[in-house]
Order: sequence, then C-alpha cells, then structure tokens
Amino acid sequence: MMAYIARRLLAVIPVLFGLTLIVFFIMALIPGDPATAILGSYATPENVERLNRQLGLDRSLPEQYLIWLGNLMQGDLGRSYSLNRPVLDEVTERFGATLILAGTSLLLCSILGLLAGVVSAVRQYGLTDKIVTFAVLIGISTPSFWLGLLLILVFAVQWRLFPASGMYAIYGGGDLPDLLRHLFLPAVTLSVVATGVIARLTRTAMLEVLRQDYIRTARAKGLHESRVIWRHAFKAALVGVIPVIGIQAGFVLGGAVYIETVFQWPGIGSMLVTAISTRDLLLVQGGVLVVAAAYVLFNLLADVAQTLLDPRLR
Amino acid sequence: MAVASAPPKARRTTPWSLLARNQLAVAGLAVVVAVCLIALAAPILPLADPDATAPANRLLPPGTPGHPLGTDALGRDLMSRLIWGARVSIAVGLSATLIAAFFGSLIGLVAGYAGGRVDNWLMRGIDMVMAFPYILLALAIVAVLGPGLLNALYAIAIVNVPFFARNIRGITLGLARREFVDAARLSGKGHARIVLTEVLPNVLPVIVITMSTTVGWMILETAGLSFLGLGAQPPQADLGSMLGEGRRVLFTDPHVSIVPGLAILVLVMGINLLGDGIRDVLDPRLKSGALSRPVARTAVLRGAAPEAPAHPGAVLELQGLETQFHVGGSVYRAVGGVDLHLQPGECVGLVGESGSGKSVTAMSVMGLVPTPPGRIAGGAAWLEGTDMFAMTDEDVRLRRGRDVAHVFQDPLGTLHPLYTVGDQIVEAIQAHAPLPRRDAEAKARDLLALVRIPNPGERMAAYPHELSGGMRQRVCIAMALANDPKVLIADEPTTALDVTVQAQVLTLMDRLRRDRDSAILFITHDFGVVSAICDRVAVMYAGRIVETGPTEAVLAAPAHPYTDRLIACVPVLGDPDRRLDAIEGRPPVVNALPRGCAFADRCPRVRDDCRAADIALIDRGNGRAVRCLFPVDAPETGHD
Repeated sequence: MMAYIARRLLAVIPVLFGLTLIVFFIMALIPGDPATAILGSYATPENVERLNRQLGLDRSLPEQYLIWLGNLMQGDLGRSYSLNRPVLDEVTERFGATLILAGTSLLLCSILGLLAGVVSAVRQYGLTDKIVTFAVLIGISTPSFWLGLLLILVFAVQWRLFPASGMYAIYGGGDLPDLLRHLFLPAVTLSVVATGVIARLTRTAMLEVLRQDYIRTARAKGLHESRVIWRHAFKAALVGVIPVIGIQAGFVLGGAVYIETVFQWPGIGSMLVTAISTRDLLLVQGGVLVVAAAYVLFNLLADVAQTLLDPRLR
Repeated sequence: MAVASAPPKARRTTPWSLLARNQLAVAGLAVVVAVCLIALAAPILPLADPDATAPANRLLPPGTPGHPLGTDALGRDLMSRLIWGARVSIAVGLSATLIAAFFGSLIGLVAGYAGGRVDNWLMRGIDMVMAFPYILLALAIVAVLGPGLLNALYAIAIVNVPFFARNIRGITLGLARREFVDAARLSGKGHARIVLTEVLPNVLPVIVITMSTTVGWMILETAGLSFLGLGAQPPQADLGSMLGEGRRVLFTDPHVSIVPGLAILVLVMGINLLGDGIRDVLDPRLKSGALSRPVARTAVLRGAAPEAPAHPGAVLELQGLETQFHVGGSVYRAVGGVDLHLQPGECVGLVGESGSGKSVTAMSVMGLVPTPPGRIAGGAAWLEGTDMFAMTDEDVRLRRGRDVAHVFQDPLGTLHPLYTVGDQIVEAIQAHAPLPRRDAEAKARDLLALVRIPNPGERMAAYPHELSGGMRQRVCIAMALANDPKVLIADEPTTALDVTVQAQVLTLMDRLRRDRDSAILFITHDFGVVSAICDRVAVMYAGRIVETGPTEAVLAAPAHPYTDRLIACVPVLGDPDRRLDAIEGRPPVVNALPRGCAFADRCPRVRDDCRAADIALIDRGNGRAVRCLFPVDAPETGHD
C-alpha cells in the first residue's frame, strides 16, 4: 500500500511539470510587449529594452522557461506590479482563504450528494426519488453566482441571519464562530452544483451496484436491509463515485472565482479576477499555478482513497 | 408490499418516439424551442431599443406600463435587454459547443483511429489540460486574450475540447479494430475517407450526447465570465453581464439581477432536461430500461393461498409456486405451478436447461427473485409448516441464512469484492448469533477448515479475487453453513469449477448433509452430478416439473421424453460411441406458452392429444410422477 502511494506521488511530478509548462506558455502567448504594458505607451525605447533585459525577455523561450522554473523552485513567482509585493506572498495569503471555502464546500457536497444519491436510489421511482431528482436538476442548472446573490438577499438582507460578505467581521471578529458565520452562505452556494453532480452519479452507481449478485448474497445471509445498503452497496458504489468527487474538487476550486467575487471572500479567485482586469499577469500566473497544483493534490487524495477502499486496485 | 412501477417498455421504436414518450424531455424541448423562437424573433418583436438609456426612467419596478419587467440603472428596458441578451447567450453557448465538438471530435477520432504513439501523445496533452480546474483554465485564457465576448467564447470552447476528445476517442478505439473498418481499409480507401464514412457515423451518437450534456454548462460558464466582467463588454449584453450590472443595485432593486438569473436557470434547465432525454434515447445501455434495482424481498401478489402443507413432515415444501416477471406489458411465467418437498437430510436435485425456471424456483423460497420485475403470483412455500410468503419482511430476513441458506453459481460475482472472505463469513455468523467478534472469527476459521481450505487462518484475510474459483466456492459453502441451516439451496454450485474440484465440492456437500442432517435442494443441468449426490430428482421444463422420482429409478428408466433426452446428453467415460444428442429446438418462451405440453414441439413422440389441453402430473407410484400422456417406458399403444 505504501509502495502504491509512493508510486502515485512520483506520478504526480510529471503532471505538475506539465502544469508549469502550460501556464508558462499560455502567458508567453500574450500578444504585445509586457515591458510596454508595464511601463505604458509613453516609455522610451531604452527603458523598454532595459526592462526586457531585467525580465529576461531578450532570451529564447525555452531559456526563459528554465529560468522561470528555477525561480519557481526557489519560491520566486515574480513580483506583482499592481500590488508591488512578491506574488508568492500574496498567493499564499489568499490561498488559505480559498482552501477554507473550497474545502468546506467539498465536504458539504460530498456528504449531501452521497446521502441524496443513496436515498434516491433506494427509493427509486418513489416520492423522495422524484424530489431529489428535481432538486438536483435545479441545482445543476442554477448559475451559482446568481444563487449567491439570492441567498444574500434572503439570508443577509431580509432575515439578517448571516453576513453578506467578507471572511471576518471588521470589528470584534476574528474567532472561529465569526468565520463560520461568514463561511456559511458562500460555502453553501459553492457546493450546490457539485452536490447535484455527486447525487446524480451516486444514484446511478447505487442502482448499478444493487443489481449485483453480491447484494443478493448479502440479503440471502439475512442481513438487515440498512446494512445491505450502507455496508455492502454503498461501499461498492463509493469506489466509482470517489474519482468524481476528485473532479468536483476542480469545479469547486474553479467555481470559487465566482463565489469569492459575489461574497467578497479574500481568496485566490477574487484576486484572479482583479488581476485579470488590471492585467497583472504574473499574479494571474501564480494564482492559476497554485490552484491547479491544489487540484492535482486533491485528485491524488481521491486516487489513494479509492485504492484504500478497493483491494483489487492495489 | 408495493410493486415499484415497471421499467419503460422495451418495444422497438424510433428514437423520436422514445424521446416523445419522455415527458420531462418533451417539457425541456418545449422550453428550449420557446426561448430560441423568442430570441430569434427579437428583431421583429415590438421591443424597445435594448441599449437606449433613459435616465428619467431608471430602475422602474416590474409591471410599469411600457416596461413589463422594469428598467435597469440606466433606464434601459429589461424585457428588451433580456430577449436580446438571451439571443447572445444562446448564440455564444451554441458556437462554443460546436467549436469544442468539432476540435474535440477531431482529436478523438485521430487518436482513436491512429492508436499507438499518436494516441499516446494526444491523450497526454488532453490529460495535461484536464489537470486544470476547468473554469480556472478558461480564466487564464481570457487573461491572455483579454476580456471580451469572443475571447470568452474561445476560452469556454477550448476547455471543453478534452471532454469530447476523451469520449470520442474511447468509442473510436473500439471501432477502429472492427471488421468493417478492416474491410474498408482492404478495399483501398484512404484513412481520411474511412474515418469520415465508416467511423464518424458510428460515433455520431456519442458526439450528440456529449454536446447535449455540455451545452448547458457552456452557457452557464460564458454567463459566468460575463458576470465577472470578462465576457460581453458594454454596451453589448448577454444574460451574464446583465446579472453583473444588476449586482451593483442588488440591495435596492433586486429585480434587475433576479430577472436575468431566472432566465438563465430556465434556459439551462430546459437544455439539461432535453439533454438527459437525448442521452437516454441514444445510450444503448439505458435503452433497455433495465436500470431499476431489486428491492429487499420479492413482491408477493397472489390470490387464494394454499391452506395447509401437503407433506407435513417436510422441512420445506413448495406448493403450486408461481413466479412471474412483468416486463413492459408482457408476463413471463418463469415458474408455473411447482410442487416440491424436501425431507430433513434429503438431497433433491432440480434439473433442467437454462431458462427452465429452476433458479427462479429456488430463489422464490426466500424472496430473492428481483422485484421489479419479478413477483410471486401464487402458491406457498412452507418452511416447517409456516408459509414464507405470508410472513413479514422482518420474519423472512430472520430466516434467511439461518433456516435456509443459499450457495449461488459464479462465486466471484456472489462474494463482495471489497471485503475479506473472513469478514464476510463473520458477518454471516453475527447476523444470526450474537457472538463477540473474536468467537465469530474462531468459528469462521473452523468453517473454512470444514470445507477443506488449507491455512484457514491466513485465508481469512484474503479478498475473493485472490482465491481460485474452487476456493471461492468453498468459501460460499462455508458461509452458507455458518448457522447450520435446515435447508441448503445450492444453485449450480459446481458449474464454474473444473472436474476434480467439482468432485471434491460434491463429496464435501454430501458429507455435510449426512453430518448435519441439512436438506439440500441441488440445482443443476447435469444428470451426472445428480446421480452423484441426489436422493430424488425433479426435472423442470418451461417453468413446470415434468418428471419426479427417486434418482436411480428415473435414471434407469426415464418416463418423460425430455428426461430421456437430458440423460442421453451426459457423456459416459469409456463409451466414446455414445451419441451426444443436443436436444433439437429451443424451449418455448415463457410469455407465450403453448396450450398443452410445452415440450410438444421438440418431442419425437408427439401426438395431437399432447397439444389439446393442459397435461397433469400423473402419479405412477413408488414416488414417481410424470407430466406426459405417452411416457417413454410405456408401450407405444394407441397409435391411430
């Protein structure tokens, strides 16, 4: 088992390497001259040339990439010109907030999605199944950013149950209950779509598993039906659903872009939107890279969890 | 016990009529068509100029004369903006889908058709792109290209290419090795032509499914980019950017953002409903409508039930058992009135071809026939004088595994792949005996030793896939014996095994029933196995017993022509000249049984009388009975 995990960890390295390649070359495709973009269109040619040399832009692309990669290894993601601070500092600061939001959402959508999927499959064609199926349909068809606005209107403006924005109260906040109060609405909003997707797939997986011969065996043994469902069917269905949860990590991390903007959550998503509109490309680069790496690690976790569950994969 | 509604009818129909029968898909189609028609008609509808600002009329509430949905912060008519915006959103979503479908399918087709190194490289690239969170990649692309509707469209299209490439590659890979593609290649067609004329038509359904299930996403995602201000730029508006503008006045005038959001929801929901409908129609696995799960116990829906068992001493007696499958309006009478009894310690063989109803008979006893579509439609199963079909679910559950245990065919599929065999046996023990874990484990080890598994202590920790077929079957038998059942129902327990292992398993079962006095109902299609272990035998054909009697007597002088032919099918060692007659013809389909004898069409001795009326099981004394008017051992008299 440990050997398997070590193998999977090693396999992650080329993927991470690929991520840096894609991120670097996407940024290299930018039309126009970054130095001009930074200095403005009134810059003298000498200044542009000096900055180009400073930025290493006078070298060939592969050379630039290797230099960039070397810096990256040392934790140097460059300097954000709009914030005038190292990209790494800004990104790590904000990544914590994103991880709290995305992690909570992932937890929420996994629990709710799995539960809804199992109940829906066990009560197939029943009222519960129909309600869940309909709720799932609405969930996956709703623009999450719009849902966020609606929740703000209802829960923050009308009923004043939760704060409308931010991560902590400006005065007197900062403790865990305060964080949870601020976290509730954005986390729920962010988890809706993923909950729908997971519920749907869990339902299908459960229906598939419940037809298997080993479920008949479990029943023939005289096991209680709840044990048949949860210990026998659910575990087998989970093996198929876990990779989907891994993929949902990507949707949650990406969807955080909208939700952080709507709720003014100080995470990487809202940072990226601002950075794109101010054309602070180094900041975009750093943010994308970190979130993508987090996604790869989430998928690694999902892989390991799947292998722990299914001895045939070892 | 309620019966869940039957799965969709499986008649041969066109895709369109299948789609039309799916009410939700039709509703989705109606919404999509309505929205698209309104959006297309925008130029000819009597709408205000969507971009004409009117500061005096700013933020009018919905319902204002002239502005049915009100106005936005610049006094622009929301109704008009909504329709024009929907037009943009739909156009962008569709274009992105088409672009993604085109390039994705192209990559998928090339990778799948070429295979080998090309496939490897292309898929590596696709995997690399998929390693990014989807929305993030779109954002990075927009960051590079700069904000704008067209750039947002490209970004969304690019991030969706991998979905198409992967799906289409999977199908193409299978098709590229098929005969018709080889044939086209041999006929000298070029690769491009083969892909376009032979492969593409076959992957088209997959492309359509992928399109119909992703177009909703693409509309949502482009709206999202516009919402963030990275898509449509003013004065141009799509639904997303309207939402973004509305957000600025959210607290004072929520209608400005609620209206476009609702429009997106309705549109995307319609598309998703339609997409699911299309997928259900085109996905062959779902087409059969077979994806309904069996409930915990077979539904019992019978009229008058037998009042008392006919063999009071029997440990198990089936009386007039009828089990049916209701599939799409037709009724399959899998078991059509079976009488069978087992004395304590007795082994009875239930013999027949596959499809004769022997397994269904066996599974009916403890309610293990899948419902839907199965149901018990008549008769009784007396377990020591109590009717199993009249019991509550909980009472049936308590008797499963404790009084009646099953050994099923195919031990790989019947053992849970994710639990060790030790865990599974322990579970069987603890289901009926409140033993502590340690004692249950000790008992499980003893059971494994009993069925002659070497190193039982070690094997406890093995998973089913780590054991050989024979070992797995022994585990199943050990599990069935966990609670010393009164009846053991063994459904072809040796069919999946090779001959030596088969002999060992048979010896084992024979010894077990003598030691423990369990009755065994042994289901098989093999008379060789029957002669080795069974005291009595019952031969089944088309859901009914056609002959029954003591094993030696039946083997020595079969009465029913069918039994006669079945016995003739058993190869005899050292007698190579013996003809191995497969029985000609097929058994009748049990949803259209003939009047009279079901074997008539395959019977060499058939007369007109055989087809005239139902034939009863005729008692012939000495425990023998036969359902035949002209038995084999009777002199052939009465010829006209």
